[in-house]
Amino acid sequence: MFYREAGQFNTRYAEGRRVFTLRQDRHGLAALLAVAFVVVPWVGNDYWLSAILIPFLVLSLAGLGLNLLTGYAGQLSLGSAAFMAVGAFATYNLEVRVSGLPLLISIALGGLAAALVSALFGLPSLRIKGFYLLVSTLAAQFFVGWALTRFGWFSNDSASGVISAPRLDIFGVNLDAPAGRYLLTLTVVVALFWLGKNLVRSELGRQWMAVRDMDTAAAVIGIPLAKTKLLAFALSGFYLGVAGALWAFAYLGTVEPHGFDLNRSFQILFIIIIGGLGSLLGNFLGAAFIVLFPILLSNLVSLLPSGLIDAGQVENLQKMFFGALIILFLIKEPEGLARLWQRFRERARLWPLRY
Amino acid sequence: MEFFFEVLIGGLLAGVMYALVAIGFVLIYKASGVFNFAQGAMVLFSVLTFVSLLERGVPFWLAFLISLAAMLLIAVAVERVVLRPLVNRSPITLFMATLGLSYVIEGFAQALWGAQVHGLDLGISDEPLELGGMLLSQFDIFAALTAASLVALLSWLFNKTRLGLALRAVADDPLAALAVGIRLQRVWVVVWTVAGFVGLVAGLLWGARLGVQFSLSLVVLKALPVLIIGGFTSISGAIVGGLIIGASEKLAEVYLGPIIGSGIENWFPYGLALLFLLVRPAGLFGERAIERV
Amino acid sequence: MTRTAATQLLELDNISLSFKGVKAITDISFRVAAGEICALIGPNGAGKSSLLNIISGVYQPQEGRIRFDNRERRRMRAHDVAVRGVARTFQNIALFKGMSVLDNVLTGRNLKRRSTWIEQALRLGRAAREDDSQREAAERVIAFLHLQPWRDALVGTLPYGLQKRVELARALAAEPRLLLLDEPMAGMNADEKQQMSRFIVDINRELGTTVLLIEHDIGVVMSISDHVVVLDYGRKIGDGSPEAVRQDPEVISAYLGTRH
Repeated sequence: MFYREAGQFNTRYAEGRRVFTLRQDRHGLAALLAVAFVVVPWVGNDYWLSAILIPFLVLSLAGLGLNLLTGYAGQLSLGSAAFMAVGAFATYNLEVRVSGLPLLISIALGGLAAALVSALFGLPSLRIKGFYLLVSTLAAQFFVGWALTRFGWFSNDSASGVISAPRLDIFGVNLDAPAGRYLLTLTVVVALFWLGKNLVRSELGRQWMAVRDMDTAAAVIGIPLAKTKLLAFALSGFYLGVAGALWAFAYLGTVEPHGFDLNRSFQILFIIIIGGLGSLLGNFLGAAFIVLFPILLSNLVSLLPSGLIDAGQVENLQKMFFGALIILFLIKEPEGLARLWQRFRERARLWPLRY
Repeated sequence: MEFFFEVLIGGLLAGVMYALVAIGFVLIYKASGVFNFAQGAMVLFSVLTFVSLLERGVPFWLAFLISLAAMLLIAVAVERVVLRPLVNRSPITLFMATLGLSYVIEGFAQALWGAQVHGLDLGISDEPLELGGMLLSQFDIFAALTAASLVALLSWLFNKTRLGLALRAVADDPLAALAVGIRLQRVWVVVWTVAGFVGLVAGLLWGARLGVQFSLSLVVLKALPVLIIGGFTSISGAIVGGLIIGASEKLAEVYLGPIIGSGIENWFPYGLALLFLLVRPAGLFGERAIERV
Repeated sequence: MTRTAATQLLELDNISLSFKGVKAITDISFRVAAGEICALIGPNGAGKSSLLNIISGVYQPQEGRIRFDNRERRRMRAHDVAVRGVARTFQNIALFKGMSVLDNVLTGRNLKRRSTWIEQALRLGRAAREDDSQREAAERVIAFLHLQPWRDALVGTLPYGLQKRVELARALAAEPRLLLLDEPMAGMNADEKQQMSRFIVDINRELGTTVLLIEHDIGVVMSISDHVVVLDYGRKIGDGSPEAVRQDPEVISAYLGTRH
C-alpha cells in the first residue's frame, strides 16, 4: 500500500538481472549503505561497534563462504573454522614476516592460502558424495588445528601459541580504533558480498546449483564436475580465509587456534541453516541471530528475579535453545529466516488485504 | 619387537572400545536411517545419571536400570519430536537435526548435573598385567572382554532369534516389514533399548577410564571414522573398523609421533578413513548405493 | 523436407554391455542418418535405456565401436559427448529441482559460454553481453516450446507434463546435432502426447536436429519416425522403416502382438 510497485517495468534483460528490481528497494539499499558507512562510525558507541557490528559482519562473510560451498554447490562441510584459521594465520605471518606488505594485500593472500588448503581437502569430493564428504572436511578441521599448534613457526614461536594482531594501517591511516576496524570490516564485507552476488548469479553459480541438485545430469549436459566442485571449495575457502583474518585482526585482536575449533565450524553451519541455505540475505540474518541471541537471552534472564537462574545455567539454556531452534528450523522452515522474510514481504505487499 | 606387540595389543583393545561405541551408531542407523550425532550426548546423559545416582547411594544395578530407562525415554522423545517430522528428508538434513539435538541434550545434561568431572570406579584395578613379557592394562583387558561378550550376545540376538530377524527385516525395508505384519514401533523400541544398553556400557567403560566429563560426548567423533571404514550398516564392519582405527591410531602415535609431532591421534583416524573412502566409497562392508538415471 | 543421400550421423557396431556378468546388450549395430527421427522400441528390460546411456557416455560398453559424426569414439565420458553436440532427456526427469525453468534452460547452454567465471564475477566486458545473448537464446527455446508463462517457476513445483517439456527445452538449448529422448511421452494423456509429438517433429523439421527416441506408444512411433529399431532381450530384432518393421513377424511375436 505504501510501496508503489505499479508502473515499473524492465525493458532490458540487464534490468531483470538486478537483485533489487524495484526502485524503492534500490533506494533502500543505497540508504542503508549510506547509513552504514557514514552515520554509524560517528554515532555508534564502542561497545556496539566492537562487540556486535564487527562480529556480525565477519560472521555474515563466513556464512557466505560456507553457503557458497554447502548452500549453492551442495557439498557439506564441517571444516569452515579450519579455513578461517588458515586465513588468519597466513595473514598474520605475511604481516609479520614480509615488511611493507599492505594490509589489504596480506588479507587477500591469506584468503588465497585458505582457498588452496580448502581446494586440497575438497579433492575427495570428486569421488565421494553426500554425507561421507563430511570426513574430508572434518579431517581438515582436526589436521589444521593440530598443525597450527604443533609447528611454532605459524605463531612466530610465541610460547602459548597465541599471537596478537599487528597494527592495522591502510594507506597510512591507522584503523585500530573501533570505528576504524568497523569501516575496514564493512568495506571488505560489502565488496566481497558484491562479488559473491555476481558469482551466484553467474554461469558458475548455476553450475554449482546443478551439481547440488543432480550431478549426474549436470555431467551429461556438459558441466565439468571436477572444476565446478573444486572452484566451490576454493572460493568458499577464500571467503572463509578473509573472514578468519578479519575475525582475528578486526574483532578479537588476537589469533589463536582454539578460537577456530569444531564449535566454530558448527556455529557457521548453524548460521546458514538458520539464515537460509542458498541465500545471500540469509547470511546476514543468520549471523545477526547468532550474535544477538546470547545477548537477548542474558538480558531476558536478568529481568527474572535474581538467583532463579545463575550465570552458569544461562550458557546451558543457550545451548538448549540453540539446538532446539536448529531442529525447529529444519522441520518448519528449511529455507530459514530468508524465506520467512520473503513471506513477510509478500504479505506486506498485499496488506491490508490477505491474499 | 615385544614393544610393538604391546602397542598393537593396546591399540586393539582400545579399538574394541571404539567398536562398541560404533555398534550403537550402527544399530540406530539400521533402525532409523540416520547417523545420530546426538548419540554421544545421549550416552553422556545416561552415564551422568548413573554416576550421580551412585553418588547418592543408589545401588549399582538399580542405577543402571534407571539410567537405561532415562536413555530410552529420551530416545522415544527424539523419535516423536525430531525424527518423525523429518522422515523423508535428506540424510544431511537429518544429520544437522541430530547436531542440534546433541546441543539440546548436552545443555540439558550440564544444567541438570553440573559441569564438574565425576570419577567412576567400577571396581577394576588398573594394575598392569604381565603376559608373555608384555605389560597390558588389566582394565583394558576387562573392557575388551566385556565388549567382546556384548558383541557375541548381539550376534546371537540378530542372527538366531526371531526378534533379530524382525530387526534385520526392518533395517532392510521398513515398508515391506510392515506389510508382513512386523510391528515397527516395537522393533524400534527394542533397537533403541539395545543401542542404549550398548551405549551405556561403552559409556561406563570410557567414563571409568577418562572420568565422566564432557569430552565423553565427543566420542561420537571417534565413531565416525570407524563407521566410514566399516560401513554404516554392518556390525561386523564396526568391529573390524574399530580394531583398525584403534590399532593404527596407537601405532601412529607411538611410531610416527616422535617424527611428526604429538597429538596426531586427533586427525589420524580421519585421514585413514578418507583414504579408505577414496578406495572403497561404501566402506569395507557397507552397501554400494546404485544410482539409476 | 527431402532427404538427400543421408550421411550417417551415428553408427553403432557390435555394442555389448554387461553388468557384473549379466549381459544387458548383446552385439547391437545400427545407423542413424543425419536429419532423421529414429525410434528405439521394444519390451521393458530390452536394453533401450542402457543403449541410450552408452551413446550419451554414462555407461561404457565392454565391446563395440561408436562413430559419431564420422569420428570414432571408444571410451568417452558424458561431458565429452555433450561437447560433441549430443543432448538428451531422461526417463525419470533429471531436472534441477531447486532452480527456475529459465535457469534450467540456461544450464543447457553452459557449453556455449566463452567468458570465464572471473570475468563474470567482476562483471567485466563480455560477461554482461554474453548474459544477454544467452538469455536471448534461452528465450527462443522457451518460446518454441510455449513455456513462457512458467519461466520463473521453480521446476520442482511444476506438473509432470510441464517438467518433461522443460527437460526437452534444456536439451534443445544446447543446440545439439543429435537429440536423445528417453520416453518423452511417458505418463502423458492423448492430448499431451499429440502436443509433444508435434514439438518433436518441429524440432526435427525446423531445426534440422536428428532425433533418437525411446517410445512405447506404437501409434506415435509409426506416425513420426523415419526409421525404427527394435530391441528384445538386449538384441536387435528389427531395423528399417516403420512399415517394414510393423510387418516383421519376429517383431510382431516379441512386441507388437497380433489381432486375435
